[in-house]
Amino acid sequence: MRRNDCFFVSTNIFSTGFCSLRKIVRWMLVASMLTSMPVLAGKTLDGIKARGVISCGVSTGLAGFSAMDSKGEWHGLDVDICKALAAATLGDARKVKWVPLGSQQRFPALQSGEIDVLSHNTTWTLSRDASFGIHFTSIVYHDGQGFMVAKKTGISAVHQLSHADICVQSGTTSEKTLNDYFRAQKMKFRPVVFENFEASLKAFFSGRCQAYTTDASSLAAILQRETRNPGDYLVLAEVISKEPMSPAVRRGDDEWFAIVKWVVNALIVAEEEQLTQANLDTQKEHGNAVVQGLLGNADDIGKLLGLDRAWAYRAIQAVGNYGDIFERNLGSGSPLKLSRGANRLWTHGGLIYAPPIR
Amino acid sequence: MHIKKMRLGWLRQAYIKDWLIQAGVIVGLLLVLTYLVSMLSSNLQAKNIVSGFDFLTKPASFGIGEGVYDFEAGSPYWQAFAAGLANTLRVALLAIVLSAVLGLALGFGRLSKNILLRGLCISYVEIFRNIPLLLQFLAWYFLLTTLLPAEAWQFLGHCYLSKSGLSFPIPIGLSLTWDFPSRNPFNIAGGARLTPEFLTVLFGLTLYTAAYLAENIRAGLESVPHGQVEAGAALGLTHQQILRHILFPQALRVIIPPATNQFSGLIKSSSLAITVGYPDLVSIANTSLILTGHAAECIFLIIITYLLLSLLLSVIMNWLNRKFQIVER
Repeated sequence: MRRNDCFFVSTNIFSTGFCSLRKIVRWMLVASMLTSMPVLAGKTLDGIKARGVISCGVSTGLAGFSAMDSKGEWHGLDVDICKALAAATLGDARKVKWVPLGSQQRFPALQSGEIDVLSHNTTWTLSRDASFGIHFTSIVYHDGQGFMVAKKTGISAVHQLSHADICVQSGTTSEKTLNDYFRAQKMKFRPVVFENFEASLKAFFSGRCQAYTTDASSLAAILQRETRNPGDYLVLAEVISKEPMSPAVRRGDDEWFAIVKWVVNALIVAEEEQLTQANLDTQKEHGNAVVQGLLGNADDIGKLLGLDRAWAYRAIQAVGNYGDIFERNLGSGSPLKLSRGANRLWTHGGLIYAPPIR
Repeated sequence: MHIKKMRLGWLRQAYIKDWLIQAGVIVGLLLVLTYLVSMLSSNLQAKNIVSGFDFLTKPASFGIGEGVYDFEAGSPYWQAFAAGLANTLRVALLAIVLSAVLGLALGFGRLSKNILLRGLCISYVEIFRNIPLLLQFLAWYFLLTTLLPAEAWQFLGHCYLSKSGLSFPIPIGLSLTWDFPSRNPFNIAGGARLTPEFLTVLFGLTLYTAAYLAENIRAGLESVPHGQVEAGAALGLTHQQILRHILFPQALRVIIPPATNQFSGLIKSSSLAITVGYPDLVSIANTSLILTGHAAECIFLIIITYLLLSLLLSVIMNWLNRKFQIVER
């Protein structure tokens, strides 16, 4: 009797165990179907429209590119790209869900479909483009990796950094570029790699490292925001790399890829044509053929992208042209006071260039 | 009472049944695991993400700031992981030894008859136990980098203390020649070096774990009935002898099992080292992850390494535990 009881109980355990196993497998199937859904071609825009909001991956806080102010509002060049996208696709620049991501999480977040677009001060490289399952759309900022040193060290050029301890943040291309550059120059150095931004800055400002390296624009931001006396420090004039910053989208959705690419192009063309938030309405009626086309007063170009006529009009209305975005976030209108440099329009000797919108 | 022998079908034999059930559960688990792995790899493939462990033999383009041996940029990734693991073990093992010593001292201090000493030990335990380890790491790091002298301070002939840490001479191999640290334009090069990052992680882990161990050791000592001590005293044993031959061997039985948890926690907590710039396993895996894009593989390597380390620790501690169990006669 006892044995029978035991047998009964144990078969019971077995069967419930098996049952829950089946349940788990079923749930996993459902879960895998859910996570692989956004991969289906052309569905990103449908998803955005259904949700009524764009999921935009930004940095956890980088002045000038994406940073939250004391009121909880996001500001920056990368932020404005997402606002322009929301205005073009949903008709309202405020319909953005901001997803702050660390350097390590940004690519998995895009790959898994958690975000629709990564606008995260991210360098466009071949390996990322070819093997991460993502596409970079177009360059929105030309940066380069630079060094910050304390003036009292007497360092004024990169070649003087031989045998220095150099602080760098982990999970960025800066770390790799730093290594490649010093190897190529046959210079020795000791990297001190931090995940914690505050700790890396503390290490540099306390004198633990002789130099701090990251993109030149970020160095300018750090100099402005983190030092009590910016005059004590120096950002070396040389840059050791090309760091073209571009938004990125998931592979497998060509329509969405085209939209992100052309919304940025529209902002650049708007600067070429000197379209601003102020003169947008008059230009729509009286502008030249390019302007009329861009603003949807001639042929319906928006339809080709799966959008409506006024897509570019709304994007420019929301954030202004590329030059306005730059000056507001990084240039004269910002605490960073960066000069346009390589980010001038091609017509002014810079590298910012967009294919024609026609 | 006479029990009549019953012959049961083989399936009803208890041990076969139990064995079958266990085998079934294991097979089921393996199936689920295989399914998960194949789903992961097919999903990665569908998203055009390159996967696999081939990257481990490719050259890593980054250098490592400190380590047991010099890792040169350009060596394969698996060597970088090995260097990271060596750094993890270096700091974790040293912290285990130091925290055991400190924990022992604090545990005895907690039971001291001296009010001042007891109070000090209680405050130590309460402070270090109740502040999150990450904050302790940052606090130690900020303190160390601020306090260390900017201009290298030379002492005992060839030892230097500076912002880049403590440098001291080290013999080269088994020969009688020494590698002496020396000044270069910015800092100290050569010799052996304990960086502020290493010291931060070492202090952080040691002081935090010691607080837990102290409580643990106090509980162990208090678990031995007072009669035992009195019996020892009646036999004319000195205080030292009572401690060594009566109190401590019996207390260890209570101390070792939870200590295993604390040491295993220490090893796992060493992964916080990346926040303060110490190149441990997680830090190296993080860098590799971002350079190669092999996120799933790098995370897998971290998980499996910590799992193996913890299992190894359990084996050692269980062996110790068996050694100190009361042998019943």
